[in-house]
Amino acid sequence: MLKRRSIQKIKERVIENSLLLSALSSIFVSIAIVFVLFYEAAAFFKGVSVWEFITGRQWTPLFAQPKFGILPLVSGTLLVTSIAVAVALPIGLIVAVYLSEYAPFKIKEVAKPILEILAAVPTVVYGYFALLFLTPILQKFIPNLSGFNALSPGIIMGIMIIPYVSSVSEDAMKAVPMHIREGSYAMGATKFQTAFRVVIPSAFSGIAAAFIIGISRAIGETMVVAIAAGMMPNWTWNPLEPIQTLTAYIVGVSLGDLPHGTLEYQTIFAAGVTLFLMTLFLNILGFWFRKRIREVY
Amino acid sequence: MISEGQTIVQIRRKIAFNKLRDYLFSIIGLVATLIGFVLLFTLIIDLLIDGFPRLGWQFFTSYPSRFPEKAGILSAWVGTTLVMVVTAATAVPLGIATGIYLEEYAKRNWLTHLIEINMNNLAGVPSIIYGLLALGLFVYFFKFGESILTGGLTLGLLILPMVVIATRESIRAIPNSIREASYALGATKWQTVKDHILPYSMGGILTGMIIGLSRAIGETAPIITVGALTFIAFLPSSPVTAEFPFLSFKWLFDPFTVMPIQMFNWVSRPQKGFHLNAAAAGIILLIMTLVMNGFAIYLRHRFRKRIKW
Repeated sequence: MLKRRSIQKIKERVIENSLLLSALSSIFVSIAIVFVLFYEAAAFFKGVSVWEFITGRQWTPLFAQPKFGILPLVSGTLLVTSIAVAVALPIGLIVAVYLSEYAPFKIKEVAKPILEILAAVPTVVYGYFALLFLTPILQKFIPNLSGFNALSPGIIMGIMIIPYVSSVSEDAMKAVPMHIREGSYAMGATKFQTAFRVVIPSAFSGIAAAFIIGISRAIGETMVVAIAAGMMPNWTWNPLEPIQTLTAYIVGVSLGDLPHGTLEYQTIFAAGVTLFLMTLFLNILGFWFRKRIREVY
Repeated sequence: MISEGQTIVQIRRKIAFNKLRDYLFSIIGLVATLIGFVLLFTLIIDLLIDGFPRLGWQFFTSYPSRFPEKAGILSAWVGTTLVMVVTAATAVPLGIATGIYLEEYAKRNWLTHLIEINMNNLAGVPSIIYGLLALGLFVYFFKFGESILTGGLTLGLLILPMVVIATRESIRAIPNSIREASYALGATKWQTVKDHILPYSMGGILTGMIIGLSRAIGETAPIITVGALTFIAFLPSSPVTAEFPFLSFKWLFDPFTVMPIQMFNWVSRPQKGFHLNAAAAGIILLIMTLVMNGFAIYLRHRFRKRIKW
């Protein structure tokens, strides 16, 4: 009896520790990401000065006379992201207000799964759609729109990230206690006034977190831009021209056959570090905002 | 808002205006919600018009080819299936174990806090970064090469946070009285978890797993980064062999391609014929995603209805 119990105790211990080990694996993944990115990028920065990298306006790493200025890729990324954000943030917020304050139960039941599916469609399919459906239509209205451009993938990406923005914003609005709304209604305010002057300000932190998640998604999105935005590093803010984003550059280089250990191979890690730092900054900001929601109520 | 000098007419007008604005916004909101639906609908129609004629027996049983009308997705769908096996085998046990640990075992200390923050952060890392990680770690450091194993592990790590979050949410929904009842009968912690917590939370875990896998099926960028080939005119070695021990794991180390990469490859070509193939591959991808998500939504709905604590 006693022996059985001690065996059981050992068994419990072993199980607990192996579960802990699984939980720790996620930390190993993070460490590995940082290590791999910075290890390869460090090798890159042995050949290229950091100053040239962050101030150079030309990115031609595969040319005979290579230039390693990351700015064209950053500007391409930010250009597409701003278009996507200009679409996703207002629409996402309106959807969230509608679903949280206005929509009847039946509409909610149907709308939410559809929004979820919108976020689940493979991005390569969206890329196809941007290149072969939206761009030709846009070209009818904007004659000097190039076949590859920042506008069309930006718009599609914007619609694609609506669900991310709307679902987190809606959760934040739902967390606003009912009595705050009731107070507003009791003063004779309409739903519109209550939503925009009471609920949105109260849910501000959560909505800010939702916006940041949306922006971070847009920056990291790859396939839509790799297919429809062209593969041309371009230091421009003109959405009608072909551009290249950080993510699309990594894809473009990976498609070719670059030998391990060359400077060209290391460029994708340098671009990766830039991308990682941008999204990490946004994720931390978003985390900070989300923590603030919990503190309020 | 209403000051003393206003007449009753002005007040009525103001109320009418507020009501109208309220009504208009409910329409704007509905329209905004429908935008996504319209996009999805247009997307499906567009794909069907272009790709439907290509969907035949030959499309599923042919290798890629230089001639669009002879090309098919045989190597792509076989590759996707095998990669998904590895992905599920990585993400599901690891994710469930992590979820159980965090909900049932973890003490409130800095380590738990670190694991939680880290998990949130990993969920926000762009997928292509996972591709770079896999390139440095699996392809070159562990020397798995550009293989099915590498692809599956990469996607497994990518969807790990989703499985963990689903597991935790579904475990959290189980009331404490269940645990206490189990302990009162002398069960150990692991017996409680194995016989009660896990079976009761299986619905939610399954839902999260399916949604995670549906995301992995459509992931393209990290798989391109680890060097999946776009032109593969052979199948990986068979997992079943004629001689003892009848199972072979050689396929794990074979080069591969997957559905979204095949589609990307066809979209990137200038010829119209390949675009039609891309549309057909897109239809298959979309059907897989829709079926998996629909099933997950159905499961969640069903479990939510049935279980009342």
